[in-house]
Amino acid sequence: MTTAPRRTALDALHRSLGATMTDFAGWDMPLRYGSERDEHTAVRTKAGLFDLSHMGEITVTGPQAADLLDHALVGNIGGVGVGRARYTMICREDGGILDDLIVYRLQEQEYMVVANASNAQVVLDALTERAAGFDAEVRDDRDAYALIAVQGPESPGILKSLTDADLDGLKYYAGLPGTVAGVPALIARTGYTGEDGFELFVEPQHAEKLWQALTEAGQGVGLIPCGLSCRDTLRLEAGMPLYGHELTTALTPFDAGLGRVVKFEKSGDFVGRAALQAAAERAETAPPRKLVGLVAEGRRVPRAGMPVVAAGEVIGEVTSGAPSPTLGKPIAMAYVDAAHAAPGTPGVGVDIRGTHEPYEVVALPFYKRQK
Amino acid sequence: MSNPEQLRYSKEHEWLSPAEDGVATVGITEHAANALGDVVYVQLPDVGTTVTAGETCGELESTKSVSDLYSPVSGEVVEANQEVVDDPSLVNTAPFEGGWLFKVRVAEEPADLLSAAEYTDYAG
Repeated sequence: MTTAPRRTALDALHRSLGATMTDFAGWDMPLRYGSERDEHTAVRTKAGLFDLSHMGEITVTGPQAADLLDHALVGNIGGVGVGRARYTMICREDGGILDDLIVYRLQEQEYMVVANASNAQVVLDALTERAAGFDAEVRDDRDAYALIAVQGPESPGILKSLTDADLDGLKYYAGLPGTVAGVPALIARTGYTGEDGFELFVEPQHAEKLWQALTEAGQGVGLIPCGLSCRDTLRLEAGMPLYGHELTTALTPFDAGLGRVVKFEKSGDFVGRAALQAAAERAETAPPRKLVGLVAEGRRVPRAGMPVVAAGEVIGEVTSGAPSPTLGKPIAMAYVDAAHAAPGTPGVGVDIRGTHEPYEVVALPFYKRQK
Repeated sequence: MSNPEQLRYSKEHEWLSPAEDGVATVGITEHAANALGDVVYVQLPDVGTTVTAGETCGELESTKSVSDLYSPVSGEVVEANQEVVDDPSLVNTAPFEGGWLFKVRVAEEPADLLSAAEYTDYAG
């Protein structure tokens, strides 16, 4: 069964800009408007404008909203201050990762959980199921929001020209309600590019107006519209995982090198606690495969699923790969055996269509912005 | 997007120039280059090898994918464009000019190559 792709509130605008569209998790999304390399460079050096309306917003409210999320997710969500956000995960009882999430605490008894588009239904179902017995409501708000991101070093200046909100007081991973270009918005200082930037949650009816206002405000400083293709290379350079590539139900957060998101010290039981406790102990005694960076010495681009090899043996697997516009070389993230995971490990290669191409093992991320 | 009149086109989106002294130039169309996105790696057939019409003879790698390069014509490769190997972005910026891929001494040209007008209709 195939259903027609869902379209965001900005669909007509993307088409008028000549975007190349692509199906992403059932949504018709802009892949790129022109050159994906130019879009990538704009975000690194100036600013880029993204439509991220495919992301899945779920609102959790009620007297026990915090308790529910502490039970349903692996993080300490009750400890998040109002106006702050937290990167966290939702796991199965066996510790497998269902999704990675950003949770915003909008009010004492109101949270917004943002799930990946591909997992929005799964996360919604899991939260709804796990809400049983809690005095809290889980609401599907996927259609209530359009999401526009402005990312890059020029983004604070661009946004400042359109809002009276206190952006200087808005720290990384904080969010506050405000007005941008006359549009009511939740303004969050979050992103998936490795740059400073903002994500603006607005009603779909206001999306076009906001997009146009940001476009005009950014005209003089090099802001351009950016598609999902450069979003992928930006997050890869920044060493950020992508669900379905670095994160899957077959892995626990400890397998993904993200055990720090699991907060055993929080009070009360949470889904997956026992399995994750065991996974944490395993990670201590018998290190699992480790997520590392690979930098090409040649020009072939490693792709997800390709074997990582050393001395003719398969020692791991590529999870994401792309030509890096910033480094000017192909890069990849890969899970490799602990014995080959140290930066500089010699003799590591990737089997690219039968040829073993040499790669340098490096620590993640590939790119870190100068603060 | 306009496809030069003097070229002939394959359904795999390669173009072929009229032969001069038996040698024709091969490249990919602007339509194909746009579909690929930014090309980052080009593998061309070696000089001296024989290519066959409709068969793969190299590959083009872009940010998102790897695509096979098909030869639109049969013959012997007499030159490969080293400039495009060194700077694959030429495929995107000048697919019909500086982004040409290789030159071939034509042994046999398929009868079903398209005219510019036919290709424009075909590529949509």
